[in-house]
Amino acid sequence: MSRMWAIIERELRRFRRSPTLIVVSLVFPLVQLVVLGYAFGGNVRHLRVGVVDQDHGLPAIKIRELTGAIAANAKTFDTVVYSDQGQALTDLREGRLNGVLTIPPDYSRRVLAKDAPHVALIEDNTDTFVSASLAASMGGLVSATGQKGATTERVAAEPTLDVVEMYPYVPYIQYLLPGSVVMSIFMMVMIGGGIIFIDDKARGLHEGYLVTPISKLELIAGFNLSGTIKAVIAGAVLATIGALIAGIPDPLAPLRLFRLLVVIVISAFALISMMFLLMVRVTDPLVPRAIFGVLNTLLYFPSGAVYPQQGFPRWMQAIAVVDPFTYAVHAFKSLLLKNTGFGAVSADLAYLLIFSAVAMTVATRLFRRTL
Amino acid sequence: MPAIVVRDIVKRFRDFVAVNHISFEVAEGETFGLLGPNGAGKSTLIRMLTTLLQPTAGTALINGFDVVRQSDDVRKSIGVIPQAMTSDLELSVEENLLIFAKLYGVPSDRRKRLMTELIESVELTQWADKQVKNLSGGMRRRVEIARGLVHEPRIFFLDEPTTGLDPVSRVAVWEMLRRIKERRGLTVLLTTHYMDEADRLCDHVAIVDHGELKALDSPMTLKASVPGTNILEVSFSALPDGWKDRLAALPEVESVAQHDSVFRIATGNGPATTQAVLDSASTAGIGVQSLSVQSTTLDDVFVHYTGRALRDALQEASPHDFSFMRR
Repeated sequence: MSRMWAIIERELRRFRRSPTLIVVSLVFPLVQLVVLGYAFGGNVRHLRVGVVDQDHGLPAIKIRELTGAIAANAKTFDTVVYSDQGQALTDLREGRLNGVLTIPPDYSRRVLAKDAPHVALIEDNTDTFVSASLAASMGGLVSATGQKGATTERVAAEPTLDVVEMYPYVPYIQYLLPGSVVMSIFMMVMIGGGIIFIDDKARGLHEGYLVTPISKLELIAGFNLSGTIKAVIAGAVLATIGALIAGIPDPLAPLRLFRLLVVIVISAFALISMMFLLMVRVTDPLVPRAIFGVLNTLLYFPSGAVYPQQGFPRWMQAIAVVDPFTYAVHAFKSLLLKNTGFGAVSADLAYLLIFSAVAMTVATRLFRRTL
Repeated sequence: MPAIVVRDIVKRFRDFVAVNHISFEVAEGETFGLLGPNGAGKSTLIRMLTTLLQPTAGTALINGFDVVRQSDDVRKSIGVIPQAMTSDLELSVEENLLIFAKLYGVPSDRRKRLMTELIESVELTQWADKQVKNLSGGMRRRVEIARGLVHEPRIFFLDEPTTGLDPVSRVAVWEMLRRIKERRGLTVLLTTHYMDEADRLCDHVAIVDHGELKALDSPMTLKASVPGTNILEVSFSALPDGWKDRLAALPEVESVAQHDSVFRIATGNGPATTQAVLDSASTAGIGVQSLSVQSTTLDDVFVHYTGRALRDALQEASPHDFSFMRR
């Protein structure tokens, strides 16, 4: 197998001289991690809410004081007092407000009479995140007045749910990190194992290999092991830097680093096997460039890297079942967010190994030792 | 035993016949040229001989080994320079050679000596540690020549070794090849569409067109086989009826070919025919617009055997240029 090492040596020497490749494969997942992590992970603040008090009774004043307290402390929204509901609704339609809280004229009377008092929140629901956040905040506010939410009726002394969280609070950036590690591996696989592989083939570099006495298996092993090594480097660097950026507790614990490395190696080999299978008969350099955007979306989003799979439609869940990203992301989540041992990820690793074996076997059969 | 024996070899790509029943032999130590335009089948032929493509029919023995059944032995015996420049641009000259020495399984104790010798042979010693991307086209070709010889092969295949090089670099590559071949006692098979390259380098030349072998001999013999020892190229101010026949009837004229308004006249006596052509034009009352007299070249040989000029053939769209051929 000494000829296989010659291919690996060649590929790694080229890799070392291509800082652009290293940077590109790391920068994209890191930028994605930071931007998406902070974009989706923060609390919504300073929404603009119009308050129309048509009642002016004491219970209504209490509601207005509570909105003022939220505006001053939690800052979820800022209030603008309107005397004319029509003007408030016009401002809502024209985007100057995110919602209008209306206290109707009979609110105080109904509170005192305990006759189903209502306040109304009219929302701009074109942004579901904003409207959900506003509704949650207002729901809490109305409950705090001693009344129930605007549309719910509950019996007194209802059962309560006490939530016990097993792990420390997981900010969204930490939730994203496992997907970003897999993405960095995949970026290296896409560029090194896909684009450069086909470019080399088109340039005739593979022809240079084929006229030497190297065997088919040595050639395949050389291509794939060199690709795996490069992808492992990318994954390991991102796991380390990403864990520091995302604030994973004790990010450099040796045992976890070792476990992460094992999962990175197996994930990298699975993805390189998949790429080799996809590219084994391709000769046109445009093909990898054309399919990579689609492939990236098709593998990354159904994997549960950015959103729980339980929220997906069935067809997307079906993709997730075969998607190697799913298992790699799950394994990284276990290690990074829960600090588990290999027992919790053994099923993921088993799937990735079986996936690699199947992909590599088919690709080897399709690979031709001649042009 | 000949270094290369090709018997009745055929390569088909679906319905298209790229190489059609070609046979030839190359003696040990000689330089053999396959001459023809793009799409003639030269590269397909060389790819079969270097085990990159399997022949559809026929056999080829390289250094006594069958290209299909003993392909690994063939690969160990040959050095190959493909048509495309395939050196790693990011690696240095030395690294390119080192990787290929390892791919060919050259023992480590011999590697260093061989690489130093070869880099010296191709006059790149001062560039040995420079990345190939910093070298000129001619220098990159020399790196590839050295790379192809790093395992000391007996037979060296070069597919259009000087295509894309400027005239000065081409001559430098020729000189280098000639020197290395003599020093190492190599058998060389090269493809080219440059007549002067075949003429200057090759002991034997095979003219290939449309996948068929049209002629095979030494350049001298091929040139001698073409009627006439001189070629007149002449154009006239007007063309009277039957002018071509009148030219053909002049003394010593062996053949006349017309390409647009230019007549190519093959003659056994250049000066006498030149005088006769001028006299005929004067008698007919027409002027001579241009006239040149030249010795027979391989270009004339190509025209004679294929019925068209190589420069015309090179400009034709290649019917062989299908991507499936590379698969």
